[in-house]
Amino acid sequence: MTNLNFIYSELTLAFSIMLLLIIGVFKKKSSSLIYNLSILTLLIIFILSLSLFGKNSTSLFINSYKIDYLSTFMKGLLYLSGIFVMLSSTRYLILFQIFKIEYPILLLSSILGMSIMISSNDLIVFYMGLELQSLALYVLASFKRENPLSAESGLKYFVLSALSSGLLLYGCSLIYGYAGSTNFDIISSNINSVNYGLTLGIVFILVGLAFKISAVPFHMWAPDVYQGSPTSVTIFFAILPKIAALTVFIRFLYIPFINLIDQWQVIIIFLSIASMIFGAVAAIGQKNLKRLMAYSSISHMGFALAGLAVGTNEGIQSSITYMSLYVIMNLSFFSSLFMLKINQKYYETIDDLSGLSKNHPMLSLAMLVSLFSLAGIPPLAGFFAKFYIFMAVIEQEMYFLAIVGLLSTVVAAFYYLRIIKTIYFDEEKQKYDKDHNLGLKLSLILSTLIIATYFIYPSGLISIISKIIII
Amino acid sequence: MLEIGLGHYLTLGAIIFTIGIAGIFLNRKNIIVILMSIELILLAVNINLVSFSAFLNDLTGQIFTLFILTVAAAEAAIGLAIIVVYFRNSGTIRVEEIDKLKG
Repeated sequence: MTNLNFIYSELTLAFSIMLLLIIGVFKKKSSSLIYNLSILTLLIIFILSLSLFGKNSTSLFINSYKIDYLSTFMKGLLYLSGIFVMLSSTRYLILFQIFKIEYPILLLSSILGMSIMISSNDLIVFYMGLELQSLALYVLASFKRENPLSAESGLKYFVLSALSSGLLLYGCSLIYGYAGSTNFDIISSNINSVNYGLTLGIVFILVGLAFKISAVPFHMWAPDVYQGSPTSVTIFFAILPKIAALTVFIRFLYIPFINLIDQWQVIIIFLSIASMIFGAVAAIGQKNLKRLMAYSSISHMGFALAGLAVGTNEGIQSSITYMSLYVIMNLSFFSSLFMLKINQKYYETIDDLSGLSKNHPMLSLAMLVSLFSLAGIPPLAGFFAKFYIFMAVIEQEMYFLAIVGLLSTVVAAFYYLRIIKTIYFDEEKQKYDKDHNLGLKLSLILSTLIIATYFIYPSGLISIISKIIII
Repeated sequence: MLEIGLGHYLTLGAIIFTIGIAGIFLNRKNIIVILMSIELILLAVNINLVSFSAFLNDLTGQIFTLFILTVAAAEAAIGLAIIVVYFRNSGTIRVEEIDKLKG
Protein backbone atom coordinates (compact mmCIF):
# COMPACT_ATOMS: atom_id res chain seq x y z
CA MET A 1 0.00 0.00 0.00
CA THR A 2 1.74 3.14 -1.14
CA ASN A 3 -1.20 5.45 -0.75
CA LEU A 4 -1.78 5.07 2.96
CA ASN A 5 -0.93 8.73 3.51
CA PHE A 6 -4.38 9.56 2.14
CA ILE A 7 -6.11 7.91 5.08
CA TYR A 8 -3.83 9.06 7.87
CA SER A 9 -6.69 10.93 9.51
CA GLU A 10 -8.93 7.84 9.71
CA LEU A 11 -6.03 5.66 10.87
CA THR A 12 -5.09 8.16 13.59
CA LEU A 13 -8.71 8.30 14.70
CA ALA A 14 -9.06 4.51 14.85
CA PHE A 15 -5.83 4.00 16.76
CA SER A 16 -6.52 6.78 19.22
CA ILE A 17 -9.97 5.30 19.94
CA MET A 18 -8.29 2.03 20.96
CA LEU A 19 -5.56 3.82 22.90
CA LEU A 20 -8.08 5.96 24.79
CA LEU A 21 -10.10 2.87 25.66
CA ILE A 22 -7.02 1.24 27.15
CA ILE A 23 -6.15 4.38 29.12
CA GLY A 24 -9.72 4.51 30.36
CA VAL A 25 -9.61 0.93 31.57
CA PHE A 26 -6.29 1.10 33.41
CA LYS A 27 -6.26 4.63 34.79
CA LYS A 28 -8.76 5.55 37.49
CA LYS A 29 -10.73 8.80 37.21
CA SER A 30 -9.41 9.57 33.77
CA SER A 31 -12.60 10.93 32.19
CA SER A 32 -11.36 14.50 31.99
CA LEU A 33 -8.00 13.40 30.58
CA ILE A 34 -9.71 11.28 27.95
CA TYR A 35 -12.09 14.07 27.04
CA ASN A 36 -9.23 16.49 26.46
CA LEU A 37 -7.23 13.90 24.55
CA SER A 38 -10.24 13.27 22.30
CA ILE A 39 -10.49 16.95 21.47
CA LEU A 40 -6.75 16.91 20.74
CA THR A 41 -7.22 13.87 18.47
CA LEU A 42 -9.93 15.65 16.53
CA LEU A 43 -7.68 18.69 16.19
CA ILE A 44 -4.82 16.55 14.89
CA ILE A 45 -6.97 14.73 12.34
CA PHE A 46 -8.48 18.04 11.27
CA ILE A 47 -4.98 19.31 10.48
CA LEU A 48 -4.14 16.01 8.76
CA SER A 49 -7.25 16.28 6.61
CA LEU A 50 -6.38 19.88 5.71
CA SER A 51 -3.08 18.66 4.30
CA LEU A 52 -5.03 16.71 1.66
CA PHE A 53 -6.57 19.85 0.17
CA GLY A 54 -5.45 20.45 -3.36
CA LYS A 55 -4.14 16.94 -3.98
CA ASN A 56 -5.47 14.89 -6.84
CA SER A 57 -8.32 12.53 -6.10
CA THR A 58 -7.37 8.91 -5.47
CA SER A 59 -9.13 5.62 -4.92
CA LEU A 60 -7.87 3.14 -2.38
CA PHE A 61 -8.62 -0.50 -1.56
CA ILE A 62 -9.62 -1.75 -5.01
CA ASN A 63 -11.46 1.45 -5.77
CA SER A 64 -13.78 1.16 -2.80
CA TYR A 65 -12.57 4.18 -0.84
CA LYS A 66 -12.40 7.52 -2.53
CA ILE A 67 -10.43 10.58 -1.48
CA ASP A 68 -11.42 13.58 -3.53
CA TYR A 69 -12.14 17.24 -3.00
CA LEU A 70 -15.69 16.57 -1.80
CA SER A 71 -14.62 14.04 0.82
CA THR A 72 -11.75 16.23 2.05
CA PHE A 73 -13.99 19.25 2.44
CA MET A 74 -16.77 17.34 4.19
CA LYS A 75 -14.32 15.60 6.52
CA GLY A 76 -12.75 18.91 7.43
CA LEU A 77 -16.21 20.28 8.23
CA LEU A 78 -17.05 17.13 10.17
CA TYR A 79 -13.94 17.20 12.35
CA LEU A 80 -14.16 20.94 12.95
CA SER A 81 -17.78 20.76 14.06
CA GLY A 82 -16.89 17.74 16.20
CA ILE A 83 -14.27 19.82 18.00
CA PHE A 84 -16.71 22.63 18.70
CA VAL A 85 -19.48 20.27 19.79
CA MET A 86 -17.12 18.73 22.32
CA LEU A 87 -15.73 22.09 23.48
CA SER A 88 -19.17 23.54 24.07
CA SER A 89 -20.64 20.63 26.00
CA THR A 90 -17.99 19.95 28.67
CA ARG A 91 -19.72 21.75 31.51
CA TYR A 92 -23.10 20.27 30.59
CA LEU A 93 -21.69 16.74 30.74
CA ILE A 94 -20.20 17.32 34.19
CA LEU A 95 -23.36 18.83 35.65
CA PHE A 96 -25.61 16.26 34.00
CA GLN A 97 -23.39 13.52 35.46
CA ILE A 98 -22.58 11.81 32.20
CA PHE A 99 -18.93 12.85 32.12
CA LYS A 100 -17.68 9.28 31.72
CA ILE A 101 -14.84 7.81 29.71
CA GLU A 102 -17.19 6.10 27.28
CA TYR A 103 -18.79 9.31 26.13
CA PRO A 104 -15.91 10.85 24.12
CA ILE A 105 -14.91 7.42 22.83
CA LEU A 106 -18.41 6.82 21.47
CA LEU A 107 -18.35 10.27 19.88
CA LEU A 108 -15.04 9.49 18.23
CA SER A 109 -16.16 6.12 16.93
CA SER A 110 -19.29 7.58 15.41
CA ILE A 111 -17.14 10.29 13.81
CA LEU A 112 -14.92 7.53 12.40
CA GLY A 113 -18.02 5.85 10.96
CA MET A 114 -19.09 9.12 9.39
CA SER A 115 -15.75 9.75 7.75
CA ILE A 116 -15.85 6.23 6.30
CA MET A 117 -19.34 7.00 4.95
CA ILE A 118 -18.12 10.23 3.41
CA SER A 119 -15.32 8.51 1.51
CA SER A 120 -17.11 5.29 0.61
CA ASN A 121 -17.27 4.33 -3.03
CA ASP A 122 -18.70 0.87 -2.48
CA LEU A 123 -21.96 -0.38 -0.97
CA ILE A 124 -20.18 -2.63 1.58
CA VAL A 125 -17.86 0.10 2.82
CA PHE A 126 -20.76 2.52 2.95
CA TYR A 127 -22.84 0.08 5.00
CA MET A 128 -20.02 -0.60 7.47
CA GLY A 129 -19.45 3.12 7.99
CA LEU A 130 -23.14 3.73 8.46
CA GLU A 131 -23.46 0.98 11.06
CA LEU A 132 -20.38 2.11 12.98
CA GLN A 133 -21.95 5.54 13.15
CA SER A 134 -25.43 4.33 14.14
CA LEU A 135 -24.32 1.78 16.74
CA ALA A 136 -22.43 4.51 18.59
CA LEU A 137 -25.36 6.89 18.27
CA TYR A 138 -27.87 4.38 19.75
CA VAL A 139 -25.80 4.24 22.90
CA LEU A 140 -25.26 8.00 22.99
CA ALA A 141 -28.98 8.74 22.77
CA SER A 142 -29.69 6.61 25.83
CA PHE A 143 -26.51 7.66 27.63
CA LYS A 144 -28.27 9.17 30.66
CA ARG A 145 -29.41 5.74 31.81
CA GLU A 146 -31.37 6.79 34.90
CA ASN A 147 -33.47 9.24 32.93
CA PRO A 148 -36.64 7.64 31.49
CA LEU A 149 -36.79 10.18 28.66
CA SER A 150 -33.24 9.45 27.56
CA ALA A 151 -33.81 5.68 27.67
CA GLU A 152 -37.00 6.08 25.66
CA SER A 153 -35.34 8.25 23.05
CA GLY A 154 -32.55 5.69 22.69
CA LEU A 155 -35.08 2.92 22.26
CA LYS A 156 -37.04 4.83 19.62
CA TYR A 157 -33.92 5.78 17.75
CA PHE A 158 -32.71 2.18 17.85
CA VAL A 159 -35.92 0.67 16.48
CA LEU A 160 -36.43 3.17 13.67
CA SER A 161 -32.79 3.36 12.71
CA ALA A 162 -32.42 -0.43 12.61
CA LEU A 163 -35.54 -0.57 10.43
CA SER A 164 -34.09 2.02 8.08
CA SER A 165 -30.80 0.11 7.91
CA GLY A 166 -32.81 -2.98 6.97
CA LEU A 167 -34.61 -1.15 4.17
CA LEU A 168 -31.33 0.29 2.96
CA LEU A 169 -29.73 -3.14 2.91
CA TYR A 170 -32.60 -4.61 0.95
CA GLY A 171 -32.01 -1.85 -1.58
CA CYS A 172 -28.29 -2.68 -1.61
CA SER A 173 -29.03 -6.35 -2.30
CA LEU A 174 -31.33 -5.47 -5.21
CA ILE A 175 -28.77 -3.10 -6.71
CA TYR A 176 -26.05 -5.72 -6.32
CA GLY A 177 -28.22 -8.27 -8.08
CA TYR A 178 -29.37 -6.10 -10.97
CA ALA A 179 -26.16 -4.15 -11.56
CA GLY A 180 -23.76 -7.01 -10.81
CA SER A 181 -21.43 -5.19 -8.48
CA THR A 182 -21.27 -3.22 -5.25
CA ASN A 183 -18.74 -0.70 -6.52
CA PHE A 184 -20.24 2.67 -7.45
CA ASP A 185 -18.11 3.14 -10.56
CA ILE A 186 -18.79 -0.35 -11.89
CA ILE A 187 -22.51 0.01 -11.16
CA SER A 188 -22.47 3.24 -13.13
CA SER A 189 -20.90 1.59 -16.16
CA ASN A 190 -23.11 -1.52 -15.93
CA ILE A 191 -26.40 0.32 -16.03
CA ASN A 192 -27.62 0.34 -19.60
CA SER A 193 -31.36 0.39 -19.27
CA VAL A 194 -33.98 1.15 -16.69
CA ASN A 195 -35.39 -1.88 -14.97
CA TYR A 196 -37.74 -2.35 -12.07
CA GLY A 197 -35.33 -4.13 -9.76
CA LEU A 198 -32.86 -1.29 -10.01
CA THR A 199 -35.48 1.41 -9.49
CA LEU A 200 -36.82 -0.46 -6.46
CA GLY A 201 -33.29 -0.70 -5.09
CA ILE A 202 -32.73 3.04 -5.47
CA VAL A 203 -36.04 3.76 -3.76
CA PHE A 204 -35.18 1.52 -0.79
CA ILE A 205 -31.75 3.10 -0.38
CA LEU A 206 -33.20 6.60 -0.61
CA VAL A 207 -35.73 5.70 2.09
CA GLY A 208 -32.91 4.50 4.33
CA LEU A 209 -30.87 7.64 3.74
CA ALA A 210 -33.89 9.89 4.24
CA PHE A 211 -34.31 8.29 7.67
CA LYS A 212 -30.77 9.28 8.52
CA ILE A 213 -31.19 12.94 7.65
CA SER A 214 -34.79 12.92 9.00
CA ALA A 215 -36.54 14.01 5.82
CA VAL A 216 -40.36 13.82 5.80
CA PRO A 217 -42.06 11.25 5.70
CA PHE A 218 -39.27 9.44 7.58
CA HIS A 219 -38.78 12.06 10.25
CA MET A 220 -40.87 10.67 13.12
CA TRP A 221 -37.90 9.75 15.27
CA ALA A 222 -36.26 13.17 15.16
CA PRO A 223 -38.45 15.24 17.55
CA ASP A 224 -38.57 12.52 20.20
CA VAL A 225 -34.88 11.75 20.05
CA TYR A 226 -33.88 15.42 20.04
CA GLN A 227 -36.03 16.10 23.07
CA GLY A 228 -35.25 13.01 25.08
CA SER A 229 -31.51 12.65 24.72
CA PRO A 230 -29.08 14.87 26.67
CA THR A 231 -28.58 18.27 25.02
CA SER A 232 -24.92 17.51 24.37
CA VAL A 233 -26.05 14.54 22.28
CA THR A 234 -28.82 16.54 20.61
CA ILE A 235 -26.33 19.08 19.27
CA PHE A 236 -24.27 16.18 17.96
CA PHE A 237 -27.35 14.63 16.31
CA ALA A 238 -28.33 17.94 14.78
CA ILE A 239 -25.00 18.53 13.12
CA LEU A 240 -22.64 15.66 12.38
CA PRO A 241 -24.75 12.77 11.02
CA LYS A 242 -26.42 15.20 8.61
CA ILE A 243 -23.06 16.20 7.11
CA ALA A 244 -22.19 12.55 6.51
CA ALA A 245 -25.61 11.53 5.19
CA LEU A 246 -25.78 14.48 2.81
CA THR A 247 -22.39 13.55 1.36
CA VAL A 248 -23.59 9.99 0.86
CA PHE A 249 -26.69 11.36 -0.87
CA ILE A 250 -24.49 13.33 -3.26
CA ARG A 251 -22.13 10.44 -3.95
CA PHE A 252 -24.88 7.86 -4.29
CA LEU A 253 -27.14 9.88 -6.56
CA TYR A 254 -24.49 11.44 -8.76
CA ILE A 255 -21.92 8.69 -9.23
CA PRO A 256 -23.70 5.35 -9.83
CA PHE A 257 -27.14 6.62 -10.77
CA ILE A 258 -26.61 9.84 -12.64
CA ASN A 259 -28.03 8.20 -15.76
CA LEU A 260 -31.25 7.37 -13.94
CA ILE A 261 -31.85 10.97 -12.89
CA ASP A 262 -35.41 10.85 -14.25
CA GLN A 263 -36.15 8.03 -11.82
CA TRP A 264 -34.89 9.60 -8.61
CA GLN A 265 -35.38 13.30 -9.24
CA VAL A 266 -39.10 13.10 -8.49
CA ILE A 267 -38.43 11.29 -5.20
CA ILE A 268 -35.91 13.91 -4.06
CA ILE A 269 -38.25 16.74 -5.02
CA PHE A 270 -41.05 15.11 -3.05
CA LEU A 271 -38.83 14.58 0.02
CA SER A 272 -37.65 18.16 -0.21
CA ILE A 273 -41.08 19.76 -0.54
CA ALA A 274 -42.61 17.59 2.18
CA SER A 275 -39.75 18.34 4.60
CA MET A 276 -39.85 22.08 3.99
CA ILE A 277 -43.60 22.34 4.52
CA PHE A 278 -43.90 19.89 7.40
CA GLY A 279 -40.87 21.26 9.26
CA ALA A 280 -42.27 24.76 9.05
CA VAL A 281 -45.85 23.95 10.02
CA ALA A 282 -45.28 21.38 12.77
CA ALA A 283 -42.84 23.57 14.70
CA ILE A 284 -45.45 26.24 15.34
CA GLY A 285 -47.07 24.60 18.35
CA GLN A 286 -43.88 23.48 20.08
CA LYS A 287 -42.90 24.61 23.57
CA ASN A 288 -39.65 22.71 24.05
CA LEU A 289 -36.71 24.36 22.31
CA LYS A 290 -34.95 21.07 21.54
CA ARG A 291 -38.10 19.68 19.95
CA LEU A 292 -38.53 22.87 18.02
CA MET A 293 -34.98 22.59 16.74
CA ALA A 294 -35.79 19.08 15.51
CA TYR A 295 -38.59 20.43 13.32
CA SER A 296 -36.39 23.30 12.26
CA SER A 297 -33.67 20.86 11.20
CA ILE A 298 -36.24 18.83 9.24
CA SER A 299 -37.16 21.97 7.34
CA HIS A 300 -33.50 22.86 6.77
CA MET A 301 -32.83 19.37 5.41
CA GLY A 302 -35.65 20.01 2.93
CA PHE A 303 -33.71 23.00 1.59
CA ALA A 304 -30.47 21.03 1.38
CA LEU A 305 -32.31 18.31 -0.59
CA ALA A 306 -33.79 20.94 -2.92
CA GLY A 307 -30.25 21.74 -4.00
CA LEU A 308 -29.62 18.06 -4.73
CA ALA A 309 -32.83 17.65 -6.73
CA VAL A 310 -31.58 20.07 -9.35
CA GLY A 311 -29.05 17.74 -10.92
CA THR A 312 -26.30 20.26 -11.68
CA ASN A 313 -22.96 21.06 -10.10
CA GLU A 314 -24.33 24.42 -8.96
CA GLY A 315 -27.11 22.59 -7.14
CA ILE A 316 -24.66 20.32 -5.33
CA GLN A 317 -22.45 23.25 -4.40
CA SER A 318 -25.38 25.28 -3.11
CA SER A 319 -26.46 22.30 -1.04
CA ILE A 320 -22.99 21.93 0.49
CA THR A 321 -22.84 25.66 1.23
CA TYR A 322 -26.24 25.38 2.89
CA MET A 323 -25.00 22.49 5.00
CA SER A 324 -21.85 24.35 6.11
CA LEU A 325 -23.81 27.41 7.18
CA TYR A 326 -26.51 25.25 8.82
CA VAL A 327 -23.80 23.65 10.95
CA ILE A 328 -22.59 27.06 12.15
CA MET A 329 -26.11 28.32 12.88
CA ASN A 330 -27.02 25.23 14.89
CA LEU A 331 -23.76 25.40 16.80
CA SER A 332 -24.53 28.97 17.75
CA PHE A 333 -28.10 28.23 18.82
CA PHE A 334 -27.28 25.15 20.89
CA SER A 335 -24.32 26.91 22.52
CA SER A 336 -26.67 29.59 23.76
CA LEU A 337 -29.01 26.82 24.95
CA PHE A 338 -26.15 25.47 27.07
CA MET A 339 -25.97 28.83 28.83
CA LEU A 340 -29.47 28.61 30.28
CA LYS A 341 -28.66 27.05 33.63
CA ILE A 342 -29.20 27.83 37.27
CA ASN A 343 -26.94 25.86 39.62
CA GLN A 344 -27.36 22.25 38.45
CA LYS A 345 -30.41 22.57 36.28
CA TYR A 346 -30.68 23.35 32.59
CA TYR A 347 -33.74 25.04 31.12
CA GLU A 348 -35.02 24.25 27.67
CA THR A 349 -38.53 25.58 27.03
CA ILE A 350 -39.54 28.78 25.28
CA ASP A 351 -41.10 30.16 28.48
CA ASP A 352 -37.73 30.00 30.20
CA LEU A 353 -36.44 32.52 27.69
CA SER A 354 -39.00 35.10 28.69
CA GLY A 355 -37.40 38.49 29.31
CA LEU A 356 -33.90 37.15 28.83
CA SER A 357 -32.70 40.43 27.35
CA LYS A 358 -33.07 42.34 30.65
CA ASN A 359 -30.45 40.32 32.50
CA HIS A 360 -28.38 38.82 29.71
CA PRO A 361 -28.09 41.31 26.84
CA MET A 362 -25.13 39.61 25.14
CA LEU A 363 -26.65 36.12 25.24
CA SER A 364 -29.91 37.52 23.90
CA LEU A 365 -28.05 39.24 21.09
CA ALA A 366 -26.35 35.97 20.15
CA MET A 367 -29.72 34.17 20.14
CA LEU A 368 -31.23 36.98 18.10
CA VAL A 369 -28.50 36.64 15.49
CA SER A 370 -28.72 32.86 15.26
CA LEU A 371 -32.54 32.83 15.14
CA PHE A 372 -32.71 35.57 12.50
CA SER A 373 -30.14 33.62 10.54
CA LEU A 374 -32.10 30.36 10.86
CA ALA A 375 -35.17 32.23 9.62
CA GLY A 376 -33.16 33.46 6.62
CA ILE A 377 -33.26 37.20 7.19
CA PRO A 378 -30.61 39.28 5.40
CA PRO A 379 -27.77 40.14 5.84
CA LEU A 380 -27.05 37.10 8.01
CA ALA A 381 -25.52 33.85 6.81
CA GLY A 382 -28.81 31.94 6.68
CA PHE A 383 -30.13 34.30 4.03
CA PHE A 384 -27.16 33.63 1.74
CA ALA A 385 -27.52 29.88 2.25
CA LYS A 386 -31.13 29.97 1.10
CA PHE A 387 -30.27 32.41 -1.68
CA TYR A 388 -27.76 30.01 -3.28
CA ILE A 389 -30.29 27.17 -3.14
CA PHE A 390 -33.02 29.24 -4.78
CA MET A 391 -30.61 30.49 -7.42
CA ALA A 392 -29.62 26.93 -8.37
CA VAL A 393 -33.25 25.80 -8.37
CA ILE A 394 -34.51 28.68 -10.49
CA GLU A 395 -31.68 28.31 -13.00
CA GLN A 396 -33.09 24.88 -13.83
CA GLU A 397 -36.60 26.37 -14.10
CA MET A 398 -38.02 24.33 -11.23
CA TYR A 399 -40.30 27.18 -10.18
CA PHE A 400 -42.69 25.09 -8.11
CA LEU A 401 -39.89 23.93 -5.79
CA ALA A 402 -38.68 27.51 -5.38
CA ILE A 403 -42.17 28.83 -4.61
CA VAL A 404 -42.81 26.14 -2.00
CA GLY A 405 -39.43 26.89 -0.46
CA LEU A 406 -40.12 30.60 -0.23
CA LEU A 407 -43.58 30.06 1.27
CA SER A 408 -42.27 27.64 3.88
CA THR A 409 -39.56 30.17 4.81
CA VAL A 410 -42.31 32.66 5.55
CA VAL A 411 -44.17 30.18 7.74
CA ALA A 412 -40.99 29.16 9.53
CA ALA A 413 -40.10 32.80 10.23
CA PHE A 414 -43.16 32.95 12.47
CA TYR A 415 -41.86 30.60 15.12
CA TYR A 416 -38.33 31.97 15.08
CA LEU A 417 -39.69 35.48 15.49
CA ARG A 418 -41.98 34.33 18.30
CA ILE A 419 -38.93 33.18 20.28
CA ILE A 420 -37.29 36.56 19.70
CA LYS A 421 -40.46 38.27 20.88
CA THR A 422 -40.37 36.16 24.05
CA ILE A 423 -36.74 37.07 24.65
CA TYR A 424 -37.12 40.81 24.14
CA PHE A 425 -40.66 41.81 24.97
CA ASP A 426 -42.02 39.45 27.63
CA GLU A 427 -41.59 40.14 31.31
CA GLU A 428 -38.41 38.91 32.89
CA LYS A 429 -38.47 35.69 34.82
CA GLN A 430 -35.21 34.42 36.20
CA LYS A 431 -31.50 35.13 36.23
CA TYR A 432 -29.22 32.49 34.82
CA ASP A 433 -25.70 31.67 35.93
CA LYS A 434 -22.85 33.42 34.20
CA ASP A 435 -19.93 31.14 35.09
CA HIS A 436 -19.47 29.48 31.73
CA ASN A 437 -16.32 27.71 30.69
CA LEU A 438 -14.05 29.00 28.00
CA GLY A 439 -14.90 26.39 25.37
CA LEU A 440 -18.59 27.20 25.44
CA LYS A 441 -17.95 30.94 25.24
CA LEU A 442 -15.48 30.41 22.42
CA SER A 443 -17.85 28.33 20.31
CA LEU A 444 -20.77 30.71 20.89
CA ILE A 445 -18.78 33.84 20.08
CA LEU A 446 -17.03 32.35 17.06
CA SER A 447 -20.15 30.88 15.48
CA THR A 448 -22.22 34.00 16.09
CA LEU A 449 -19.50 36.23 14.66
CA ILE A 450 -19.26 34.07 11.54
CA ILE A 451 -23.02 34.26 11.04
CA ALA A 452 -23.13 38.00 11.57
CA THR A 453 -20.13 38.89 9.41
CA TYR A 454 -20.52 36.34 6.63
CA PHE A 455 -21.93 38.98 4.28
CA ILE A 456 -18.65 40.95 4.32
CA TYR A 457 -16.72 38.22 2.52
CA PRO A 458 -19.10 35.57 1.15
CA SER A 459 -16.83 34.64 -1.74
CA GLY A 460 -14.33 32.98 0.65
CA LEU A 461 -16.54 29.97 1.31
CA ILE A 462 -17.92 29.97 -2.23
CA SER A 463 -14.49 29.84 -3.83
CA ILE A 464 -13.62 26.77 -1.74
CA ILE A 465 -16.89 24.98 -2.42
CA SER A 466 -17.02 25.81 -6.13
CA LYS A 467 -14.05 23.48 -6.63
CA ILE A 468 -16.32 20.53 -5.79
CA ILE A 469 -17.22 19.18 -9.19
CA ILE A 470 -19.04 15.88 -9.26
CA ILE A 471 -20.67 15.50 -12.64
CA MET B 1 -39.79 -31.68 -11.77
CA LEU B 2 -39.76 -28.03 -10.79
CA GLU B 3 -36.47 -26.26 -11.25
CA ILE B 4 -35.71 -23.90 -8.37
CA GLY B 5 -34.21 -20.74 -9.81
CA LEU B 6 -33.28 -17.21 -8.83
CA GLY B 7 -36.90 -16.08 -8.92
CA HIS B 8 -37.92 -18.49 -6.20
CA TYR B 9 -35.17 -17.35 -3.87
CA LEU B 10 -36.01 -13.71 -4.49
CA THR B 11 -39.66 -14.39 -3.78
CA LEU B 12 -38.74 -16.11 -0.53
CA GLY B 13 -36.57 -13.11 0.38
CA ALA B 14 -39.38 -10.69 -0.44
CA ILE B 15 -41.89 -12.68 1.64
CA ILE B 16 -39.61 -12.79 4.69
CA PHE B 17 -38.85 -9.09 4.24
CA THR B 18 -42.56 -8.26 4.15
CA ILE B 19 -43.20 -10.36 7.25
CA GLY B 20 -40.47 -8.43 9.02
CA ILE B 21 -41.85 -5.02 8.06
CA ALA B 22 -45.39 -6.07 8.94
CA GLY B 23 -44.14 -7.41 12.26
CA ILE B 24 -42.76 -4.00 13.18
CA PHE B 25 -45.85 -2.04 12.26
CA LEU B 26 -48.63 -4.41 13.29
CA ASN B 27 -47.10 -5.44 16.60
CA ARG B 28 -48.68 -3.61 19.54
CA LYS B 29 -47.36 -5.78 22.34
CA ASN B 30 -43.69 -6.30 22.89
CA ILE B 31 -40.42 -4.68 21.87
CA ILE B 32 -38.68 -8.06 21.70
CA VAL B 33 -40.97 -8.89 18.76
CA ILE B 34 -39.69 -5.77 17.00
CA LEU B 35 -36.13 -6.97 17.56
CA MET B 36 -37.04 -10.32 16.01
CA SER B 37 -38.66 -8.57 13.04
CA ILE B 38 -35.47 -6.58 12.43
CA GLU B 39 -33.52 -9.83 12.40
CA LEU B 40 -36.01 -11.23 9.87
CA ILE B 41 -35.45 -8.25 7.59
CA LEU B 42 -31.69 -8.75 7.73
CA LEU B 43 -32.14 -12.48 7.01
CA ALA B 44 -34.23 -11.67 3.96
CA VAL B 45 -31.44 -9.42 2.74
CA ASN B 46 -28.94 -12.22 3.27
CA ILE B 47 -31.02 -14.68 1.27
CA ASN B 48 -31.22 -12.14 -1.53
CA LEU B 49 -27.50 -11.48 -1.52
CA VAL B 50 -26.47 -15.12 -1.43
CA SER B 51 -28.82 -16.10 -4.23
CA PHE B 52 -27.67 -13.17 -6.38
CA SER B 53 -24.09 -14.13 -5.61
CA ALA B 54 -24.64 -17.70 -6.79
CA PHE B 55 -26.54 -16.48 -9.82
CA LEU B 56 -23.86 -13.96 -10.84
CA ASN B 57 -20.91 -16.28 -10.04
CA ASP B 58 -19.47 -13.45 -7.97
CA LEU B 59 -18.24 -13.74 -4.39
CA THR B 60 -18.93 -10.15 -3.32
CA GLY B 61 -22.49 -10.94 -2.29
CA GLN B 62 -21.40 -13.67 0.11
CA ILE B 63 -18.76 -11.41 1.65
CA PHE B 64 -21.42 -8.75 2.11
CA THR B 65 -23.59 -11.37 3.85
CA LEU B 66 -20.83 -12.12 6.36
CA PHE B 67 -20.51 -8.42 7.16
CA ILE B 68 -24.26 -8.13 7.64
CA LEU B 69 -24.34 -11.15 9.98
CA THR B 70 -21.65 -9.62 12.19
CA VAL B 71 -23.26 -6.21 12.29
CA ALA B 72 -26.65 -7.77 13.03
CA ALA B 73 -25.19 -9.50 16.06
CA ALA B 74 -23.73 -6.25 17.37
CA GLU B 75 -26.98 -4.46 16.68
CA ALA B 76 -29.03 -7.05 18.55
CA ALA B 77 -26.67 -6.82 21.53
CA ILE B 78 -26.98 -3.05 21.73
CA GLY B 79 -30.72 -3.24 21.18
CA LEU B 80 -31.19 -5.69 24.06
CA ALA B 81 -29.01 -3.50 26.29
CA ILE B 82 -31.15 -0.46 25.53
CA ILE B 83 -34.31 -2.48 26.21
CA VAL B 84 -32.90 -3.49 29.61
CA VAL B 85 -32.11 0.17 30.41
CA TYR B 86 -35.62 1.15 29.38
CA PHE B 87 -37.19 -1.65 31.43
CA ARG B 88 -35.31 -0.55 34.55
CA ASN B 89 -36.73 2.93 34.18
CA SER B 90 -40.33 2.20 33.43
CA GLY B 91 -40.93 -1.43 34.41
CA THR B 92 -42.56 -2.30 31.11
CA ILE B 93 -41.63 -3.02 27.51
CA ARG B 94 -45.12 -2.88 26.06
CA VAL B 95 -45.08 -0.89 22.86
CA GLU B 96 -48.29 1.03 23.66
CA GLU B 97 -46.83 2.38 26.87
CA ILE B 98 -43.75 3.95 25.28
CA ASP B 99 -45.28 7.38 25.00
CA LYS B 100 -43.55 9.75 27.38
CA LEU B 101 -42.11 11.75 24.51
CA LYS B 102 -44.74 13.26 22.26
CA GLY B 103 -46.14 16.56 21.09
